Parts: sequence; C-alpha cells; structure tokens
Amino acid sequence: MNAHAPLGPFDANCGVEIRQERGQRAVFCGLTGIVWLHRKIQDAFFLVVGSRTCAHLIQSAAGVMIFAEPRFATAIIDERDLAGIADMNDELDRVVGRLIERRPEIRLLFLVGSCPSEVIKLDLSRAAQRLSRELSPDVRVLSYSGSGIETTFTQGEDACLASLVPTMPKAAADAEPELLVVGALADVVEDQFARIFAEMGIDRVRFLPARKAGEMPSVGSNTRMLLAQPFLADTARALEERGARRIAAPFPLGAEGTTAWLKAAADAFGVEAPRFEAATAPGLRRAEQALSPYRAMLGGRRVFFFPDSQLEIPLARFLSREMGMDLVEVGTPYLHRSHLADELAWLPPGTRIVEGQSLDEQMDRCRAASPDLTVCGLGLANPLEAEGLATKWSIELLFTPIQGYDQAGDLAELFARPLVRRTRLEV
Amino acid sequence: MQLTIWTYEGPPHIGALRVATAMSGLHYVLHAPQGDTYADLLFTMIERRDARPPVTYTTFQARDLGSDTAEIFKNAVAQAYERFQPEAMIVGASCTAELIQDDPGGLAKALALPIPVIPLELPAYQKKENWGASETFYRLVRALSVTGAEPAGRDGRRPLCNILGPTALGFRHRDDLVEIRSLIERLGIDVNVVAPLGASPSDLGRLGEADFNVVLYPEIARAAAQYLQKTFGQPMVETVPIGVAATVRFVEEVAAVAGIDPAPVLAGAPSRLPWYSRSVDSTYLTGKRVFIFGDATHALAAARVAATELGFKVVGLGTYTREFAREIRAEAALHGIEALVTDDYLDVEAAIQAATAELVLGTQMERHIAKRLGIPCAVISAPIHVQDFPARHSPQMGFEGANVLFDTWVHPLMMGLEEHLIGMFREDHEFHADAAPSHLTRHGAGSPATQVERSLLDDKEKPQVAGHPAEAAVRIVPIPDDKGEGISIWDASAEKELKKIPFFVRGKARANTERFARERALSLITVETLYDAKAHFGR
Repeated sequence: MNAHAPLGPFDANCGVEIRQERGQRAVFCGLTGIVWLHRKIQDAFFLVVGSRTCAHLIQSAAGVMIFAEPRFATAIIDERDLAGIADMNDELDRVVGRLIERRPEIRLLFLVGSCPSEVIKLDLSRAAQRLSRELSPDVRVLSYSGSGIETTFTQGEDACLASLVPTMPKAAADAEPELLVVGALADVVEDQFARIFAEMGIDRVRFLPARKAGEMPSVGSNTRMLLAQPFLADTARALEERGARRIAAPFPLGAEGTTAWLKAAADAFGVEAPRFEAATAPGLRRAEQALSPYRAMLGGRRVFFFPDSQLEIPLARFLSREMGMDLVEVGTPYLHRSHLADELAWLPPGTRIVEGQSLDEQMDRCRAASPDLTVCGLGLANPLEAEGLATKWSIELLFTPIQGYDQAGDLAELFARPLVRRTRLEV
Repeated sequence: MQLTIWTYEGPPHIGALRVATAMSGLHYVLHAPQGDTYADLLFTMIERRDARPPVTYTTFQARDLGSDTAEIFKNAVAQAYERFQPEAMIVGASCTAELIQDDPGGLAKALALPIPVIPLELPAYQKKENWGASETFYRLVRALSVTGAEPAGRDGRRPLCNILGPTALGFRHRDDLVEIRSLIERLGIDVNVVAPLGASPSDLGRLGEADFNVVLYPEIARAAAQYLQKTFGQPMVETVPIGVAATVRFVEEVAAVAGIDPAPVLAGAPSRLPWYSRSVDSTYLTGKRVFIFGDATHALAAARVAATELGFKVVGLGTYTREFAREIRAEAALHGIEALVTDDYLDVEAAIQAATAELVLGTQMERHIAKRLGIPCAVISAPIHVQDFPARHSPQMGFEGANVLFDTWVHPLMMGLEEHLIGMFREDHEFHADAAPSHLTRHGAGSPATQVERSLLDDKEKPQVAGHPAEAAVRIVPIPDDKGEGISIWDASAEKELKKIPFFVRGKARANTERFARERALSLITVETLYDAKAHFGR
C-alpha cells in the first residue's frame, strides 16, 4: 500500500503527466449509483444483496428524502446464510417474492451484488435468470455488481447499463443507422439533445437507459453509439459485442465540449456543415453568453480535483480551456485512455493526472498547493473548508443537469458558487 | 436473508466509529473494502463535523484479494500510528473484512506499537450499531481505566461524577449533555470525565477517581458502567432524565447518591411543560392516539411523557433495541398494549396502520411510514438525518428538554380551533376535511391520508368492480371474520357519512365500524351501523 508505481507512460502527443497511486481511497462504491438510477428508470427496483453496511450506505445517501414508496431495498445476508443453515437461493427467492407482492407495479428488478455477496461468491446472475423465468412476463430480473471491491461510484451505472445490454432488442441487420446516446442524463438534457439531433436531420436517436423498462432501445450493426458519460467502459464494450460502433468524441460539458460531441455525431451521420452550424448556432450563442460572467470569477483561479466519478478530466478540460482556470492536480479513480483520448489531448501540457488515490498523501499535496478551489467528496469537504480551503463537493455533478449548451452556464456556476459565497459571508 | 427497506441501525463498526469520533487522541484502523468510507459522511455531513473522523480504512479492492490483504492492514496500522501519533488505537474489521478473516487484533499486536492497541470483535452479521458502540466503549474502559485511581476520601471536597454515554452522531447528545451537566453542577457536584464525547484515552484512565457514574444512554454506556461499578465500586444512576417527572427523579437519585439536598434545584417551576400542558389550550390533546417507536431509552421515556405529561393515549409502543425488550414490554403492559420488538420496518408499518394512530413519535424511518399513511409525525430517536442535528439548543433531557418535547410533539397536530371547525363544517373550499393543518406549509392540498386512502381503495376495488363504472354506488370491502370468511359491505350513504368524520380519526372509525359489523355478522354497513359502533366503542 502507498507504494507509488513509477510514472505512467508519458504520452508525447498530449503531454500530460499521468501517475498512478495506491493507498487509502475515499470514494463511494458502485451501489451509490442506485440513488439516481432509481429515478431515471421509473418502473425499476434495485435490490442490493449485501450486508447491513450496504443498506446503511444507501439510506444515508438517499434517506434524507422522505419516501412513501422507495424503489430500492437490501436483502441483508445474516449468519444463517453464511453458516449454510439457510439456502441462500431459497432465501433470495423468498425475499423477492415478498417484494414483488408489495410492489406489483415493478417491471424490472436489478439484483445488485455487493462486497459480501462477491466475496462469498453468491451467483446472482444465475439467480436473476431463475427469477426471471419464474416472474416472466410481468417482471424481468437482471443482476450487476455495485461492490466497492470492483466498482467506484459511477462505475455502478456502467455495470447496471452493461447488464441491460444483452436484453436490448436486436436491430434488423439492414436497418437504417441509428444513433444511441449512452449514459443516464437528466430528462431535460435528453430532450434538448433530441431536438438538436432532429434539427441536424438525425431523427433516429435513442437513449440508454430509457425512462421505462419496456422501452429500451434496440442495438445491432446499424447502431452508432455516442457516450454521454466518461465512465461507461463495460457498457461500451457490451454494446460493441452486439455490433454497435463507438463514435469517438470528447464529452458534452461546456460549449466547446458539447459542440465537439455533437460534431462527432454529425460527421458520423454525414450531416453537412451548414446544417450542423444552423442546428448548433443558437445553443452555442446562448452558452457563450451564459459562460462569460463566470470567466471573471473563475479565470486564473487554481483548482485541485480529488478522484470521485471519472468526470474529473472532462471537467478539468472545461474549466481550463473555457474558464481559464489553472489545474493543480486532476485525480480520477480510473482512467480509460481511449474513451478519454480526445479529452487528454485538450488538457494543457504538463497537467498532473493522478489515477487512483492515497488519501493522506493527496491531502498533504492539496494543503501544500493551497488551491483556490478543491473538488472533493463530502467526507473531505467540510474538513477542508474548516482548514480554510474553498471546496466544491463533487457528487452534486452527478445530481445536476450539466451537459449540453443550455447547462454550460449552470456548470460554471456550480464551481463559482463556493467562491461567491465566501465573498458574501461576513461572519 | 432479511428484506430491508430501511434499517434502524448501521453495522456494529459504525458504533465503534461513533465512539472513536466522539473522543480525541484515539485512532481507529478499520479493515474494510473500498467504499466503506461513506461512513465519514455521517460525521462530516449529517453531524456537520469540521474534521475527518479519526479513522484509517484499508479500502482493499478485488485485485488485493489475490495478494496479501493482511499486509495491507499492517501497513495501514503502522502508517496511521506514524502520521497521527494517537494515545491509543482500536483495530477491527467491517462486514466484508470479517469474511476474509485477517485477524486485525493479532496483526496489530505483532507490530508492537508503544501505545495501547485494542482489538474489537464486532460480529457484523449478528450485531448492530448500538451494540458496536457499547462494546467498543466497554473495551476501551476496560483497557484504559487505571486501577489504583479509586476515589479518595471526601474530606470536604465536592462530590465527583462521570457522565457516560454521549457519542458522536447521537440524537441530541450535544445538548442533552449541556442540560445534564448544568443540572449536576447546580446540585454542587463536579464532573470528573464525560465519555466518550470529548474524552481522550488518558481521561478514561481517570474514570476511577469519581464517586459515582451517571449513565445517560444505557444502550451505549450500561456495560461500561457495570464494569466500573464492579471494579471501582462506583454506584451508577441509570434513570434517563427525559420528561419532567423523570428529570425530577433523576435529580433526586443523583442527589441521594452524592448525599446532597435536591430541593434548591427542584424549587420553582423548572420546566414550562406542566403549565403548558395544563393550560386549556391543551385540553384537545386529551386521548390523542399516539404510536411510539425508537431506541429503548427514547421510546420508554416518550411513552411516559405522552401518557402522563401530555395526556395522550399510547396505542402502540415498540423498539428496535432487542437488549431492552423486557423494559419495553413492561411499559407497554402499563398502557394495556403489547410491545412491538422488531427491527423490521415493514412490521412497524403494519403495526402503525393497525393501531390507527393520530400521531407517530418515531425515527426518521417512521417519517416515511407517516408520509405514506398521512399521519402527523415527530422524531424522538435515532436513526435521524441532518435536520435533527440543529444549530439551536434542542435537548431532549432535563427541564429544558421537556419544553422542547412539548413544542415538537404538538406542532404536527392540527390546532384546536381548526379541528373544531372542520368537525362542524366540511365543505369549505380552503379548510376542508381533507386539507393538511393550516399552520403547516402544505396547507390546502389534499392530505396524504386521503391520497393513500384513495389508492388503497383503488387497489381493493379493482378485483370487485372491474367492468363497473367508476362511480359504483356500493363499495365492496372484503372483511374477513375471525375465521377469515365473512364479508361486510359499506352502503353508499354510510360511506358518505364516514367521510364526514375528520381524516385524523376516520381510520379508527372505519376500523371500529368494520369490527363491530364483523362481530355481529352484519353483511351491510349502514349509517345506523356506523353510529351503533360509535356508541359501542366511544371515541
């Protein structure tokens, strides 16, 4: 632990410094993805198979809202299960039976693996197949792992979507090309992108995940996928296995990122330049207008990213290129070099990227650098504030619409707000 | 396996974390997978602490399982010692680490650190948060309290006590401590050590110097206090001073143990609750049906306050603390009801529904249930969320605590005048029978009660009235008799009459009427049946 690997491969093309670090990691596990996924897929239910710790995590994250009918729960493994006194599969069937009885409107049930269920090697994929057969056709049952030992925070969404891919309908081999936008986006963002694509003349656009379990898009060799989020490695691979081809692009954060992301799709679908410009010009103009007041607040300020969601590199690119911020360190829990290739190329030469984490040492570096703004998780935010550092808690970036032209100003505002607040408070 | 929608307690290592975070100079090394650091947020966000909890997690990942996780743990202990230089350490495993069996205690011992290192055995698949806190505190007290530090003779000095129990993330522990400390000091007693909250390992070494112990939260500190009683002969006061009467009793007991006259502290009217509760404005509170659930300490205290200090009728009492089931059962018997001892949220939900309560006093989890059922609710116990760590002084204990209880519990209820007028006139477009109380913000909208009632109706009606027009004149409700056979039907006019009963007692009226009809094998419930039942049961 804490032994630093030698400096990562130095990529002469983009000139960033990538270093790997191992040690204590202050990150969420993939179960946390349930907190937003249960809202996105409206008739899905997430049943974690794990320990009391898992149940406690989810309710600590989501339980501040008062739920009349929550769409997530935990099947807590107890000592009878571990001792083999109770057959775990029978127990799971019983729990699922009780759940479905109580919530007959559920159409899609995810069995979500956790650290305990992975360590004892409970085969949830077979359980899902068995339960799917029993509950068909009313309820489909899928499984994925959100365990901390395998997934970090947003990788839970990746695992969830990847589990959906095999169940997506097969597109006809001779079907027209279709654009598949992958990654859970806020409903309003999804609608904006659909309108822009329509104006470009790309009208066969689908989104994964769909808002209803029964409306998942089809996939086949006609499918061109455009990743809306940087953390979808497994989902992309699963889609590629079903014939889909990825359109390489940076991610749609900020005006520049959104334009490049849309342009990649436009090029793939042969949209003529004038039409592309006509479709994007109003959004681009509005984004520029919305961003400009924040440049004065953010320009020249130094920002430090702790690893959290894999959004760090696109966000750092946006803050550096469009807002004029200086990047002290960009931490990321995991770096997918090919999905992030366009983003890395856009970072200023010499940017320090740290993949992985050794918490105490990273905090030492942060304190020593004394950045103007630190992007970090909620476990670190208040302690760093108390030490006099301005922080932006990173989880909010997953809970807020930030993609696309009309959210570019909102995205900048998220980073400006803690700085503005500091100037306002006189106590 | 247990289907858990919400859990009342976290795993036991959270209890250990609460003790470690409450203290200073103590560090906790927890063998746990990546992701278990979510627990930090409980302290930095929910309790808004301004420092990271003193805990180092090993945060192992899947790729580490193939190699030496024991080595990772040893390194973590060594580095935590070097960086934080604590006076003492506790080491243990979370649920996943328990499965891989690395023996944190043995590994830490092998490092031979020059400080006490206390291993914790917290069985995560059997025990829960409060047990974890109690066990951790007990282990710490056992390991660190120094024999030979027994109380010296009194010769003229003031009596000296320890206050045991307050932790990090405790429900109002911060303010309870302020209240109780002030009461004790006003009695003329000095406080030796407060623990775990604010204590260091060396403070625990001085525990034996006190004359006696005050146990504020038995769930957390009873085991440690019993050990101290045995080891140092320190008597303990275990009366929990929540409510006016309990606080008076607490003061008297503390004074008796210390050999002091309690009269000056009890003189005057130390709490406003008794007068507020006797003032005529509170008359309408008489006999309000209240359901109480929480940890044993708070549920027991709430039942006594509700019945004897506010004049409510306790129609349900339960706890998730199995260790105190006996006390809860005895208290429930005094109210003529059976106690509910469970950690299953769905059982609690069913019990609240069956009890047709008008007010729920519970935890954050009961707020979910009350929302679904449309019942007013106030929080009396952990688990709690960020809004129950308020900035203002809000104790539950002592005389000021009683004032807080009065305000908090009465607030969600509809106020007297409004309740009267809604009982008389039901068609006002603003203050109608289904509206939420007007002093609460959601005034005017349909209350959740009616929404739930409607959706329950929908569910029940579907099989029977399929194919009938939606405005079917007779609603058929299957009511099984004792053998699960009989069925009574509400006729339309009786159904309409039922709607004239204000929503907060309508559920009870419906249940009573259906029971009345069932016991008499009436197949049709008419307006007459409704009033016959009313006369039979009273309110």
